[in-house]
Amino acid sequence: MELTVNNAKTYCYTGGKPYDAAKPSVVFIHGVLNDHSVWILQSRYLANHGYNVLAVDLPGHCRSAGEAPSTVEEAADFIAALLDAAGVQSAALVGHSWGSLIALEAASRLKERVTHLVLVGTAFPMKVSPVLIETSLSEPVKAMNMINVFSRSTLAAPPSALGPGTWVFGAGMALGKRVLASNTAVNVFHRGFVACDRYANGEQAIREVTCPVLFLLGAQDQMTQPRAAQALISKAKTAGKPVQVATLPVGHHQMNETPEETLFAIRDFLKA
Amino acid sequence: MAGYADPGFDTLALHAGAAPDPSNGARAVPIHLTTSFVFESSEHAQSLFNLERAGHVYSRISNPTNAVLEQRVAALEGGIGAITTASGQAALHLSVATLMGAGSHIVASTALYGGSQNLLHYTMRRFGIEATFVKPGDLDGWKAAIRPNTKLVFGETVGNPGLDVLDIPTVSGIAHEAGVPLLVDSTLTSPWLMKPLELGADLVYHSATKFLSGHGTVVGGIVVDGGSFDWARAYAQSGKFAELAAPYEGFHNMNFSEESTVGAFLLRARREGLRDFGACMSPHSAWLILQGVETLGLRMERHMRNTEKVVQFLASQPMVERVGHPMLESHPSHALAQKLLPRGAGSVFSFDLKGSRKQGQVFVETLKVFSHLANVGDCRSLVIHPASTTHFRMTDEALAGAGITQGTIRLSIGLEDADDLIDDLKRALKAADKAGA
Repeated sequence: MELTVNNAKTYCYTGGKPYDAAKPSVVFIHGVLNDHSVWILQSRYLANHGYNVLAVDLPGHCRSAGEAPSTVEEAADFIAALLDAAGVQSAALVGHSWGSLIALEAASRLKERVTHLVLVGTAFPMKVSPVLIETSLSEPVKAMNMINVFSRSTLAAPPSALGPGTWVFGAGMALGKRVLASNTAVNVFHRGFVACDRYANGEQAIREVTCPVLFLLGAQDQMTQPRAAQALISKAKTAGKPVQVATLPVGHHQMNETPEETLFAIRDFLKA
Repeated sequence: MAGYADPGFDTLALHAGAAPDPSNGARAVPIHLTTSFVFESSEHAQSLFNLERAGHVYSRISNPTNAVLEQRVAALEGGIGAITTASGQAALHLSVATLMGAGSHIVASTALYGGSQNLLHYTMRRFGIEATFVKPGDLDGWKAAIRPNTKLVFGETVGNPGLDVLDIPTVSGIAHEAGVPLLVDSTLTSPWLMKPLELGADLVYHSATKFLSGHGTVVGGIVVDGGSFDWARAYAQSGKFAELAAPYEGFHNMNFSEESTVGAFLLRARREGLRDFGACMSPHSAWLILQGVETLGLRMERHMRNTEKVVQFLASQPMVERVGHPMLESHPSHALAQKLLPRGAGSVFSFDLKGSRKQGQVFVETLKVFSHLANVGDCRSLVIHPASTTHFRMTDEALAGAGITQGTIRLSIGLEDADDLIDDLKRALKAADKAGA
């Protein structure tokens, strides 16, 4: 589906289904150097099981035009504008990595319009090493290789995004290169990493969230280590939010290395 | 980096795609000899058929043993995934049939395996797909042959049997400038000698019967997608590749490029190509090929060491007119091979014998360590006369294009002791010499 958001063409994968106001909606928000397709096994399932799905390509990424967000706050504003453009009154927000920060910030702004918040592979603060930030600019393919190595937890993933025979590491590299090449004006790799690194409003944002929150973490995640999410989890609990924490035996490629477990965790949380 | 998260070639050859079986601890890859897989529920069945969940349904479409081989070869090639097929020819056909239909055109190298040349020149033409053949080194020719309806550029990493090296970086550049992908047959080099995807190819396939299996025990093929070609962009620009970038009625109007930004080819090839054409690989074959892949690095190293010795021996023999291996400076692809194939240009090569066709027959029939048969890439050394066997349907002009004469002998150097191979060749050359007296 193509929408116009902030005067720019915006692509959302919907599982091939038209919007149905009678159904609950779920917005999937990807991370740095990703697009809607990293959610394919989760979004397609939900689109066929009673939900409206909007798996968005963020502005300046792949099929979406517009200026790539420089900050988490800018991206959160975009999510609010996306809901308006799609005519969605309320939705669950599901974000991965950088997308989890965007979902968190958007949920804090949209208050009751957000029904559920799912933070996959999250951390706060989401500090990125200065070397990686620099390498994402000077030698992006080398940096891409580094993050795919850090993200990997297995050499033997189960059937994944392309079905059986998917080599998740190669798929991550190919998608990263495609996303990078999709924006000739801006290095979205570097811009996304800087946005993660500089985001400072996480603790305030979690206090302002009004919906239940699911933290979906990877026990072997080297990009956003589970311990780096603990402060945010504590703040949420202290603030009295309904919080669930699920830790999967996986690294940072949650959606592709444990597609079923990730799906079930999201599905069950949305149902509850 | 190194270690489990960033393994090297030999570690991937042993571990990619496989982990100890969680149900019983089996360390080696089990052979899943089952046609079908039980659904957990009706809802699970529906989700699998509708691609909402990933898993196995029926072994024509996928099988856990095959999936290990697919992941492993994709890992070794640097791809995003792979599909195993009944043979290398099935992999080529699957690639072509996934990308195009009647009214399409392919630009291909003249230096192809005879079966591939036949498929493109005769068989696909019957289905409305035409091909133009270009000498692999004729870079202007590649460019000039591309037409508005060209959907694919295709060549072999090293041409069979002349070993003309395909200039993949340049030819892929020509293809991409025209908005067309490059498919490469990498059978003769294997990922140990060359990774075509890293050099600019978009799709790569193997007759896994050869070096990947390596033991002459099984027929199979595999096609790997590099995930590099932007089908949606090409469709938007030229209307080509609607098969991958427009809704497909044959699969609930799925747009494969929307489902996967980088994997549309594999999605359609499996969901349509294996489903409808059905040229799948048996799990038993997949297992046999996996045994070969596990020692690919070790074997290729020995193949190349033996080849160097045999090539040097033949090049010094008066009965030998020409040895066609790029390791020799006399070979037209020598410089390119040094650049693209630093570990060697393969262990399958040809040479021309002086004398009559009868002397050639005596040579072949005198060999004892070399086996006279139609295969390459075996651990045993092999010999054949291409003009009367593998390439016999080709015209003299097409044979010349492929670098084959009536006196050409093709060898596939195996893993035996190099001294024994040289002794065998020495005796056969002597017998051939006598037969001409």
